[in-house]
Amino acid sequence: MNIQHNIESERMSFWEKIYLPEIGRGLALTFKQMFKPSFTRQYPEEKWIPTGSYRGRPVLVLEEEGERCVACGLCSRVCPALAIEVRAGETDKVKERYPEKFEINMLRCIYCGFCEEVCPEEAIIMSKDYELVFTDPQDAILGKDKLLIPIAQLQDRLEYLRQYR
Amino acid sequence: MDAIPVGALIIGAKLFIIVNGLLVIAAYLVYFERKISAWMQNRVGPNRVGPLGLFQSFADVFKLWTKEDIVPAMVDKRYHLVAPLISMTVAMAAYAVIPFGEYYVNGANIMAVAPGINIGILYILAMSSIGVYGITLAGWSSNNKYSLLGGLRSAAQMISYELSMGLALIGALMISGSLDLVEIVKSQSGGKWNAFFQPLGFLIFLVASFAETNRAPFDLPEAEPELVGGYHTEYSGMKFGLFYLAEYVNMFTASCLMALIYLGGWDIPFLYEQLATIGIGQGNPLLGLIQFSVFFAKVVPMLFLFYWVRWSLPRFRYDQLMNLGWKIMLPLALANILLTGTGIMLLKHFGIM
Repeated sequence: MNIQHNIESERMSFWEKIYLPEIGRGLALTFKQMFKPSFTRQYPEEKWIPTGSYRGRPVLVLEEEGERCVACGLCSRVCPALAIEVRAGETDKVKERYPEKFEINMLRCIYCGFCEEVCPEEAIIMSKDYELVFTDPQDAILGKDKLLIPIAQLQDRLEYLRQYR
Repeated sequence: MDAIPVGALIIGAKLFIIVNGLLVIAAYLVYFERKISAWMQNRVGPNRVGPLGLFQSFADVFKLWTKEDIVPAMVDKRYHLVAPLISMTVAMAAYAVIPFGEYYVNGANIMAVAPGINIGILYILAMSSIGVYGITLAGWSSNNKYSLLGGLRSAAQMISYELSMGLALIGALMISGSLDLVEIVKSQSGGKWNAFFQPLGFLIFLVASFAETNRAPFDLPEAEPELVGGYHTEYSGMKFGLFYLAEYVNMFTASCLMALIYLGGWDIPFLYEQLATIGIGQGNPLLGLIQFSVFFAKVVPMLFLFYWVRWSLPRFRYDQLMNLGWKIMLPLALANILLTGTGIMLLKHFGIM
């Protein structure tokens, strides 16, 4: 028989075996912790503002001339959760196409950011908005009115994409 | 109306104060447990309900009252109902003999519900043993393997630790020479606290009380990671709340006992002699108030110790628990009796005591 005796009680010294000094050390540690500042953020009052790398709710970029989106439908095609629905329309402007209807079902969206990656116009990007609570499934389907965000508010993300994409 | 004797009125008032006071204390013990655990983990703890979250426990209890009381189909309904009641009533019954001070009105100590009971400690030990029935019955009647395991563990654990608890107490009782809690406190007056003469007994009693009250590191009856919720897995609503509050009431009882038997109760050396010289002696209600405050000031550090240990130490494994109880604590408690007896004999022999 080749049994190696290396059980816990054999490795411990006498002072460790009677537990009490070690318990005292443990208690001292937790007591010290009591006087350290807490890391808690008081959420509804203090909100966390993410950096540009954060992938929150996908939004459409709104410039002065109008939306960037040309309704190519690539985002809708690439979306793994089938959350995006686009219907294209024609205008007389320089950009001939625009999305007549652009809906993202936030109950389906998984925030993967594929839509942003695939977009040739940098028209759909991920925003910093993470407060997504809906009381009705119908409210969770966001139309153009909620999706279009002025470009001034999206500078962090656009800067991030310019640097790292 | 004048048929009601004054004695009955006084008893009624005491009971009213004790029962309501205990429930409020238990609620605040929950609050402080949450606060202190939060501080130890660098968190904030409850701070939303009322100023500093002080009404959090009442919100919790209100929630428990209004919750649906789910009784699973296959439980033994009678025992399922009786178990939490046993836990709570037994936990509260211990307060019949705990004196909060020594203030006499018409020759009776009004600081205890049932004053002058000369076997107070035995009564409290008996009550804490009956508390096992509540937990074991809850585990058994739930018709759930995890609950049953929790209940059985509780029974085994409490019986094992009750032995060393009782034996550890004997040392203190030999010095005090009485089973009456007021007499025990009197025998410690002037700073002759039993904790100084019985450090080993105090330690054993402390550890055994942790086990008796099912507090971490001995909370095996409800070990969440192993047993879901232990004996109260199948309980909901206020039935669960009763178990929960009973745990804190038990904790308060244990702290009171430690303060009474080992920390001299309401004794502070020279305090009462000084107070008597400025006219606060027997007959002045301030005395009772001061005694109560001093007593409470000794109970609070003990309660803090309960929290502190719970949030510092990991749970024992079951075999470790039994090893500690039977192979270490019991021999130590017996050795403590022997040492105390020898010490008392020697001191008497040389005429010091």
